[in-house]
Amino acid sequence: MSAHETYLLDRAVTENSHRLDTYRAAGGYETLEKVLKDPVEPKQVIEELKDSGLRGRGGAGFPTGLKLSFMPDVEKDPRPRYLAINADESEPGTCKDRVLMREDPHGLIEGILITCWAIRAKASYVYVRGEYRHEYDRVAQALEEARAAGLVGKNVLGTDFSCEIFMHKGAGAYICGEETGLMESLEGKRGHPRPKPPFPAGFGLWGSPTTVNNVETIFNVPFIIQRGAAWYRTMGTAKSPGNFLCGISGHVERPGVYEVPLGIPARQIIEEIAGGVWKGRELKAWIPGGSSTGLMPASTIDTPMDHDSLKEAGSMLGTGAIIALDETACVVRASEVIARFYDHESCGQCSQCREGTQWLYQVFSRIEHGHGRVEDVELLESLANGMAPGKTICALADAAAIPTHAVVRHFRDELLQHVELGRCPFDGNGGEGTATRREPAGASA
Amino acid sequence: MALPQTLVSELDELVTHYPEARAALIPALHRCQEELGGWISPETMEDMAAYFDLEPVEVYGVVTFYPMFRTSPPGRHVVSVCHNVSCDLRGAREILARVCEVTGAEKGATSPDGKFTVTTVECQGACTSAPMFDLDGTYHEDLSLEDVDRILGGVEA
Ligand SMILES: Cc1cc2nc3c(=O)[nH]c(=O)nc-3n(C[C@H](O)[C@H](O)[C@H](O)COP(=O)(O)O)c2cc1C
Ligand code: SF4
Ligand code: FES
Repeated sequence: MSAHETYLLDRAVTENSHRLDTYRAAGGYETLEKVLKDPVEPKQVIEELKDSGLRGRGGAGFPTGLKLSFMPDVEKDPRPRYLAINADESEPGTCKDRVLMREDPHGLIEGILITCWAIRAKASYVYVRGEYRHEYDRVAQALEEARAAGLVGKNVLGTDFSCEIFMHKGAGAYICGEETGLMESLEGKRGHPRPKPPFPAGFGLWGSPTTVNNVETIFNVPFIIQRGAAWYRTMGTAKSPGNFLCGISGHVERPGVYEVPLGIPARQIIEEIAGGVWKGRELKAWIPGGSSTGLMPASTIDTPMDHDSLKEAGSMLGTGAIIALDETACVVRASEVIARFYDHESCGQCSQCREGTQWLYQVFSRIEHGHGRVEDVELLESLANGMAPGKTICALADAAAIPTHAVVRHFRDELLQHVELGRCPFDGNGGEGTATRREPAGASA
Repeated sequence: MALPQTLVSELDELVTHYPEARAALIPALHRCQEELGGWISPETMEDMAAYFDLEPVEVYGVVTFYPMFRTSPPGRHVVSVCHNVSCDLRGAREILARVCEVTGAEKGATSPDGKFTVTTVECQGACTSAPMFDLDGTYHEDLSLEDVDRILGGVEA
């Protein structure tokens, strides 16, 4: 394994890492104390984050300092303001925020408090996917400890700064990870994403200025404020500094969540850190950053894992969750499963997405199960073109379209092979055939 | 109102977390489902509507939007098998088939003895320890077929 500097998971491996006394013994909440008491002015905190180059870890990679600076000037805008923490973690392949919540909840809480100070928010909501009961309880218990120690609530650490943090449980809808869907859901409604503009910083929760950030993003904040932007930039690349949590799943010897610097070649993660492809097999394909980033051929694993390099390679860093497929796996089967997911999760507001995701699933399904036609490959592309980019209220439609384009681009032969054989050539990894067989429009033979 | 008083007191506290009470609706529905038989009955929806001062149809719209809320009573134990891509690559289909075999329940249904409901679910965020299922709110990860037999065999009536 490569020797690179780490910080994200250093505390997580210690015993009772989730307890306040353990956290404090490791210097926890000292950065908060310095920020509040020195004090480090809110603007300075935001400047430091800007200088650090920290980019959001929720999937879009938006610069965090810049996002925080969009919050309106508190002198001119007296409305309450909120920080919403996105702990919905539902992009298939992704299971990193879960580790932080479970093993190091105080690190998240300290990050929330410093960020709330920076945007002058007096309340924060941690939106946790409903299935993460254990992780929810861990953060909730940590909050109780922190509240009892005067770290959360009125007059934090005896200063004028007051900040409440509330836990909030979601109920199993992927679309509530999209930041405006999350806000609707937090308001007690169906998780229908809102058209943008207005953006959350101007009109967010209950019509007030709101910032939505991912768990891992906010977890980085205390480290950057404590050790400085220059330190942060010693890790990662110029445009994607720092380390990130890479979850690697699928056909590798040692699946897991690993801390690695941005820009590390995917090969190093797959072959060294995760122990290589399992059962002594060859790699056939990999997904760089969660199911929406698309299948890539094995020949591309020297691509560095950072935003720009992956974009250049025709994919995305997404949530940094690698999924590996060995030579016996069927990419059509994988595409069918992924398409089924987006069909299931489309909220239905936009016809392009509602219909498009359904058709994609049906077409992948019939190719996989031996009923495909040669024209279906073109049909997949035209369906994906009808959905994205920028044709719908939110990016779920893109999340379904991107992997479709990718499999057609990189694995056209395998799609056609299914059609010619009239069955899946990879029997063991073929599929159970659960799709309903309705005829998508424009696809009749 | 048919809601137990302890639950009402809990909700009274919950709504103070938000500037608008309605925001507590989804957490409140979770508590109802946990306390009142594992599902959201039409009566519970009416009670919730009354509590939050909403039309019952609005509560219904929320309940049916979220996959974790059930609108019919489940068996005494619920097994939710992840069938998304990372689990699929590591044998989720075999796990699901075994779960159905051991429980006697078909996918999406309850066993004739009412003991188990078996469902498939989307990615549960346990991909690096796939395949997995959730049994009554607890994850079981890195499953082998033997694990399925052992875990489900140990579930009391
Ligand atoms: C369909 C969809 C699902 C998303 N799911 C999540 C999620 O589960 N967790 C998350 O942090 N961001 C998710 N996002 C991204 C959020 O919209 C948003 O960009 C992010 O929470 C911002 O935080 P960051 O800047 O710290 O990354 C999703 C986006 C889309 C379009
Ligand atoms: S793109 Fe899909 S998920 Fe997003 S708002 Fe439109 S229908 Fe809903
Ligand atoms: S794919 Fe099954 S837990 Fe993520």
